[in-house]
Amino acid sequence: MSKKLESTLKNMILCLLLISVAMAGALGFVYGMTKEPIEKANKAKEIQAVKDVLPEFDNDPTIDAKEMEGLRFYFATKAGQPVGCAVKTFTEKGFSGHFEMMVGFKPDGSVNKIVVLEHKETPGLGSKMKEPKFAGQFNGLNIGTLKDKLLKVKKDGGTVDAITAATISSRAYCDGVQKAYNLYMNKMHTAAEQVADTTKGVTK
Amino acid sequence: MELIKIVILALIVNNVVLAQFLGICPFLGVSNKVGTSIGMGAAVIFVMALANLVTYLIQNFILVPLHIEFMQTITFIFIIAFLVQVVEIILKKSAPSLYQALGIYLPLITTNCAVLGIAILAVQKDYNLLSSVIYAASIAAGFTLALILMAGIREQLELNGYPKGMKGFPLSLITAGLLSLAFMGFAGLVK
Amino acid sequence: MSVLKNFTNGLIKENPTFVLVLGTCPTLAVTTAAMNGIGMGAATTFVLVCSNVMIAALKNVIPDKVRIAAFIVIIATFVTIVDLVMKAYTPDLYKTLGIFIPLIVVNCIILGRAEAFAQKNNVIPALLDGLGMGLGFTLAITLMGSIREILGNGSVFDIRLISQEAKTILIFILPPGAFITYGYLIAIMNNIKRKYSI
Repeated sequence: MSKKLESTLKNMILCLLLISVAMAGALGFVYGMTKEPIEKANKAKEIQAVKDVLPEFDNDPTIDAKEMEGLRFYFATKAGQPVGCAVKTFTEKGFSGHFEMMVGFKPDGSVNKIVVLEHKETPGLGSKMKEPKFAGQFNGLNIGTLKDKLLKVKKDGGTVDAITAATISSRAYCDGVQKAYNLYMNKMHTAAEQVADTTKGVTK
Repeated sequence: MELIKIVILALIVNNVVLAQFLGICPFLGVSNKVGTSIGMGAAVIFVMALANLVTYLIQNFILVPLHIEFMQTITFIFIIAFLVQVVEIILKKSAPSLYQALGIYLPLITTNCAVLGIAILAVQKDYNLLSSVIYAASIAAGFTLALILMAGIREQLELNGYPKGMKGFPLSLITAGLLSLAFMGFAGLVK
Repeated sequence: MSVLKNFTNGLIKENPTFVLVLGTCPTLAVTTAAMNGIGMGAATTFVLVCSNVMIAALKNVIPDKVRIAAFIVIIATFVTIVDLVMKAYTPDLYKTLGIFIPLIVVNCIILGRAEAFAQKNNVIPALLDGLGMGLGFTLAITLMGSIREILGNGSVFDIRLISQEAKTILIFILPPGAFITYGYLIAIMNNIKRKYSI
């Protein structure tokens, strides 16, 4: 067994330098290897979320996704016909602040389905917004037909059944959906048709 | 307004120890006396604010331009270890009285996972320089708050009887659990 | 026989979680479900074994004064590798464990074993020590995850034990439940140790 290297300045610097270089090299290698799978995994997740809230589609909505005021819009088409738009929206009004959801709109502006993506709401109370009992009441709902086109919980004079003991989470949920609806109807509706047109061009 | 929100959230609502489980080791280790808790807390506030300042600059002016964000963990832990050393040396030379008070706590901070954790979280949250430093300082203040509360309770507990098996960590952990329960009451404080 | 002892040491007698009480942060934070315990345990074990072996192999070329710095570089490298690999192949688990993956760097178990064991021993014992400690940690946090998941969510490894509608003791998957469960588990461990004087 060889003797331990002495702690001279030259030895110390040399040793640390060598280890750092070797490690950096190893890391660079692993990074290169995992880069593609990571991108793939991220993309698969994005598409899965869009699939969850929209009817069947056959384009890749991540390519033409547009961003506006922090919301992300995914336009889905099937055989060149628009089937809807998934909006990644958020609210800051949750019980624990920020949470994100994906709202799927049909071309006529009615809600197809909503899923919550990331949240920190209280388990067992606010987290019930993920369950069909609450989330189901939005399916097929067209906010345009509501009074003043505003989505509100019953407590505030609206139509939405809030989760028991989690009115704040329910309000925040409505806030997120409302934000998505407003931007979609006012700013993005034309963009949806454009995307449909371009994909039509491609399929022809 | 945005800054006040960050402060209240970091200090009470998302208390680093009681809600995010960072920095548990020093929390359990140094919380037997109120006096030492204050010393440790002061040292942590100082180092954390400084660490976030430096890691912010490194992240935005070195890692991102060079596209080597994956080196984040390794760079940050090195910077923190380095900073702690530098702070120790500077304090020793220029402010011996402060060094006397904080000195023994400084080496312990390198292994405080809250320092590294908060530096990474601040990057993930996309804070700007000012927010990042304020965030770190209030998180550290929250750590100090939890530490002092805990020390106060533990000083009292020492005088009471409890089952033998509960001595040491179990008793501290259960106390921390009750404290954490109390802090949950602050959830929803900031909208 | 003595080689085997390196392995079993970490399982019970010096269990990092219940006896040494190291690595408390991930223990408390990620144990909301049994599956997280396995994931976190596997990631930590990988880093522990790799860094133990590497440090044992390099112990003679690392000068004493810079050993901690060298250890940290080695550990941080393996942590980053785990981080990247998990991001690529188990994105869901990666998201749940979140910030606690990069924080394996400051998990005291790893630096502690490097300092107390790996730098004084050869590769094989270091490997076994890493495996034993890692497995002890994994078992402990999986046990804790199971208890919290059963009491707080009525399921274990995502298998439902009671109906979805039934009320569970929510507090166990909230932060206070982590402290309380951990406290009682250490207390039980203490009592067992006293009774059988292990």
